[in-house]
Amino acid sequence: MTVVSEAMPSAATMRAREATVRRFALTDTIFLAATRLSAILVLLILGGVAISLFAGSWQALSTFGLSFLTTESWNPVTENFGALAPIYGTIVTAAVAILIAVPIGIGIAIFLTELCPRPLRRPIGIAVELLAGIPSIIYGIWGLFVFAPFLQTTVQPFFINLFHDVPGLSSLFAGPPYGIGLLTSALILAIMVLPFITSITKDVFDTVPAVLKESAYGIGCTTWEVTRRVVIPYTRVGIMGGVMLGLGRALGETMAVTFVIGNAHRISASLFAPGTTISATIANEFTEADGDLYTSSLVALGLILFVITFLILAAARYMLMRIDARTGA
Amino acid sequence: MSTSLSLHGRRKTRNSVMMTLCVVAAGIGLAWLALILGALVYKGVAGLSLSVFTEMTPPPGEAGGLLNAIAGSIAMTIIAIAVGTPIGVLAGTYMAEYGRFSKLTTVVRFINDILLSAPSIIVGLFVYELLVRPMGHFSAIAGAFALAILVIPVVVRTTEDMLNLVPNALREAGTAIGAPRWVVIKSVAYRAALSGIVTGILLAIARISGETAPLLFTALNNQFWSSNLNAPMASLPVTIFQFALSPYEEWQQLAWTGALIITLTVLALSIVARSLTGRREDK
Repeated sequence: MTVVSEAMPSAATMRAREATVRRFALTDTIFLAATRLSAILVLLILGGVAISLFAGSWQALSTFGLSFLTTESWNPVTENFGALAPIYGTIVTAAVAILIAVPIGIGIAIFLTELCPRPLRRPIGIAVELLAGIPSIIYGIWGLFVFAPFLQTTVQPFFINLFHDVPGLSSLFAGPPYGIGLLTSALILAIMVLPFITSITKDVFDTVPAVLKESAYGIGCTTWEVTRRVVIPYTRVGIMGGVMLGLGRALGETMAVTFVIGNAHRISASLFAPGTTISATIANEFTEADGDLYTSSLVALGLILFVITFLILAAARYMLMRIDARTGA
Repeated sequence: MSTSLSLHGRRKTRNSVMMTLCVVAAGIGLAWLALILGALVYKGVAGLSLSVFTEMTPPPGEAGGLLNAIAGSIAMTIIAIAVGTPIGVLAGTYMAEYGRFSKLTTVVRFINDILLSAPSIIVGLFVYELLVRPMGHFSAIAGAFALAILVIPVVVRTTEDMLNLVPNALREAGTAIGAPRWVVIKSVAYRAALSGIVTGILLAIARISGETAPLLFTALNNQFWSSNLNAPMASLPVTIFQFALSPYEEWQQLAWTGALIITLTVLALSIVARSLTGRREDK
């Protein structure tokens, strides 16, 4: 900096500079306000969803009270509505889907992190993740036209014949084979949540410090022992988070299930029987619902689904946050 | 000696069995993807012709196309992106720039992650209560609004992640030459994170272009051409839903073709989005 390079700026220049600085400050304030408002808006959306669902379902909840949760009947003619059958269908399909998808998903993650030749890792990882991007309606149309007829003609008759003498299993796999039904929905859901579970499991497997695995290999452990005794215990929380995330998806999935569930408001022991889920009931009946109580009951179903998925997703995020905090990511 | 050898053998066998199962699992996953895409291409290509893109959805039993459905989907997607992107980018900016360590950011991130995987049919119900019921009728605006709510969490998430990757030295350099905060964000941080933010927007488009559930009772459907945003509008996913469940062969064929169009669009968007940030993933 030179000592005196120029004369003091004129008063006019000074004023112009001050104005510029003030303008900068003002724009900064506005920009900060705009960004903070947008961030708050995200909170407001969730709050708005909760409030509007609660308001919309008030009529049904005040009419039926808690018995709404325990009534199986769903009768638009007598205007007697209960949520038990959709809740049952939602939980059964999601649970079966998770039971199928978790072992396969973890298997693929082990394959990708331990076994797969390096050049194939990325392509296969991407292919599995592309499954996650396919819209659910595609799974639905595929399930209805390709998968359900296949199940109806081959898999279901096989199981019905196989188990028809076995007590317990015979009612679980009771006929007739419709093709569509709870099990078909659960299988489609399993395919849909598989990519989520796989990619999260693979990501948390990658957080295991190499030195832990190497020391296990160093004392002579096999790959399976390293996975079973080191990798999986180390990442247990993260895997649970991934599974819960998949469960949240499976519970709320609408279109794929709507195609293949069969839309029957009843609870039957057989997995081959048609049933319904909360989301499928709403998707099928909402636009045709006449009468405020009918609409309100459907919104109440939505509220139940919202509460269930919110709790499960919150638990999932909490678990995944714990893994993130540990790795410092 | 023999016992330890047999133990060794058992462990090796167990290892091969489990590893084989893992390979089988990967095989099942990939085979399933191939099966679905194969069936989709096989059934969809059969109905693919120019008339799909030039003719309106037909009445039952007649030939036609999907023009009004495709146009409706594009229109609602554009509005949803136009509404959702600025909000998402601004919210992400707050979380990564102004309030990186604030309590609000932690809460918003948590809630945003929940919105990210919340059932989309719930969003449809919300918009129904918020817009459709007060307005008294279904409309394309309500449909676009529902899609915008699905866009926001995706954009918020990617914007925040991408801005967090911008090195602080760049911001400090900007501040050191006297640039105010918003200029630093606009000219330094946004520019450095641009490809990532665009990726987020592409992923958001991919997400909403196949969404059906939130449109069922917001935009509803429309058998005819409509450019009125205040009236029900056709969309590709809802049309597929309606046509696939119909007993008419022509409609079912159109549903398959529409499904193929959506899948190709979504896959193309995902692949472009991936290639934009691909180098970063290689690290």
